[in-house]
Amino acid sequence: MDNREVLVDIKNLRTFFYTEDGVVPAVDGIDLTIHQGEVVGLVGESGCGKSVTALSIMRLIPNPPGKIIGGQIFFHGEDLLKKNEEEIRLIRGDKISMIFQEPMTSLNPVYTIGDQISEAITLHQKIHATEAKKRTIEMLHLVGIPEPEQRFSQYPHEMSGGMRQRVMIAMALSSNPELLISDEATTALDVTIQAQILDLMRGLQKKLGMAILIITHNLAVVAEMADTINIAYAGKIVESASAREVFKSPRHPYTYGLLKSIPKFTEKRTNEPLPAIEGMVPSPYHMPKGCRFNPRCPFATEKCREEEPEILELTPGHLVRCFHPIEP
Amino acid sequence: MATRLVEVQKLKKWFPIKGGVFSTTVASVRAVDEVSFFIDQGETLSLVGESGSGKTTTGRTMLKLLQPTSGKIIYKGKDISKLTPNQMRPLRRNMQIMFQDPYGSLNPRMPVGDIIREPLDVHSIGTRKERQQAVATMMETVGLRPEYERRYPHEFSGGQRQRIGVARAIIINPELLVLDEPISALDVSIQSQIINLLQELQQRLNLTYLFIAHDLAVVRHMSDRVAVMYLGKIVETADNDELFDHPFHPYTQALLSAVPVPDPDVKRERIILQGDVPSPINPPSGCHFRTRCPYAMPICKEQEPAMIEVAPGHTVACHLLTRK
Repeated sequence: MDNREVLVDIKNLRTFFYTEDGVVPAVDGIDLTIHQGEVVGLVGESGCGKSVTALSIMRLIPNPPGKIIGGQIFFHGEDLLKKNEEEIRLIRGDKISMIFQEPMTSLNPVYTIGDQISEAITLHQKIHATEAKKRTIEMLHLVGIPEPEQRFSQYPHEMSGGMRQRVMIAMALSSNPELLISDEATTALDVTIQAQILDLMRGLQKKLGMAILIITHNLAVVAEMADTINIAYAGKIVESASAREVFKSPRHPYTYGLLKSIPKFTEKRTNEPLPAIEGMVPSPYHMPKGCRFNPRCPFATEKCREEEPEILELTPGHLVRCFHPIEP
Repeated sequence: MATRLVEVQKLKKWFPIKGGVFSTTVASVRAVDEVSFFIDQGETLSLVGESGSGKTTTGRTMLKLLQPTSGKIIYKGKDISKLTPNQMRPLRRNMQIMFQDPYGSLNPRMPVGDIIREPLDVHSIGTRKERQQAVATMMETVGLRPEYERRYPHEFSGGQRQRIGVARAIIINPELLVLDEPISALDVSIQSQIINLLQELQQRLNLTYLFIAHDLAVVRHMSDRVAVMYLGKIVETADNDELFDHPFHPYTQALLSAVPVPDPDVKRERIILQGDVPSPINPPSGCHFRTRCPYAMPICKEQEPAMIEVAPGHTVACHLLTRK
């Protein structure tokens, strides 16, 4: 993995939202590295900052109330945060594209899907409309939409959720991006359709070789898809390692607790209660002092309540933000 | 032996689609189409299936929150399918429901103490003081601080709201509780808390659950028996381990194989189904699953498969069973 070139390198990203009720540190020091052709998972619960990280990469943070107040996002070694709107537009949707959870709200209901994909193509490539249509049909074919010529002139409401998500993927990939960001793209789908879409994404990744950043709350989805996994909690990355390491020897108490607490589909029923993580995610307006996980952590000590731990590389490639990491 | 609490026979719920000048019924959405199952006292039957398969409608029709189009609902030996709402009222306290959406299912203008107490008021149970006491006890039972009873729903998190939903559902000591996706809207770390609460309450109060869910890992953890629905029909029913270890119906097999597993070392054989679920307005003839079934045969188009018992308590509706 490491001999591949670094595609995206996020350093100490901080994106805050200034609301009437106070400041929300949605992303508060996130570091993330994506190599070329790598599938990286960013996992966490609501409010952990995973979507805001994605929107920060795309420079799509609504301002106000949001503002990227610090850090760097290097893409091919150039800091995206230093680019002006004009320059970023050449990258967004071209070299970096994104698919969202809700395909219905991401598609324009009054244009045919063919027009929408063609528009995305002509926006970034100087090609003729007939050429764009040909390319659109190719893309629809690529994402497994049957009868792409007929589907070209259909509207989003004429398609099912799974089909709409395929359209979104076709649109995102039409520019041959180097990075595809998938923000909970399969969450709203039924499990058999989710399997179809994950299968499709995996196949396309192999074929086209782009890097994928998968943002999800579903640990099972990243287990199947990702090479590297980053676990976020309350605006910070708490653990980062290869998928295998994260699942086989989680070192952060949050990761460990999360993995323990989810019911296992492959295990026979016991009547034991699940080892749940107590308490709940802290309110973004009142982040706890010290380690943000300390109020829920069974191993928390005085130090955890006072000081904030740095993220440290415990073993090669395995980073953990904890004073008392779990011994493997 | 286990006593049967509720049995549903050939339950059907069709929603008419009105159209034309005289607003006549032009078609029907066959949400639930001749579904049969039973639930024994104290057990959990899970109803699984994808969106649009009719699981929620089945749950609501069983409680007579929706009037069944036809079929029987036998509750403790008595057919309740034809009872009027007035006749249903005394039975209602024995059957409660808890909803998926912790935001939409609680009245935002009512303090939570009042929300939890409401079933007692409706059924005139106990004196004012006893009710107040019951609310406090119940809040403690589900893990909420009783001093919060004057607070409003918006002051609580999603997980706490589901606790309020549980408290409201069980305060009048129901026998049967329909849990309609009670944890789907919650964060992962909160889900396990609510699962534990539901299981603990079931054991303590001998509750019977109809658990409606699409998360199969949770179903495996929670259920005694599982029924799989596809497009308004139950295609397979079996004990928990039997269903997960020996699924027979091609749809069940595909559904189980599609579930992602949180273990990067497990590489499972995946059956990827082609296409989408057909419309329940115009379901395929014969077997509803045949349009996506990898084993479809000519007979599947002509004839609806009958439910056949393949092992004790394991029933399947599929023509592969009768193929000579």
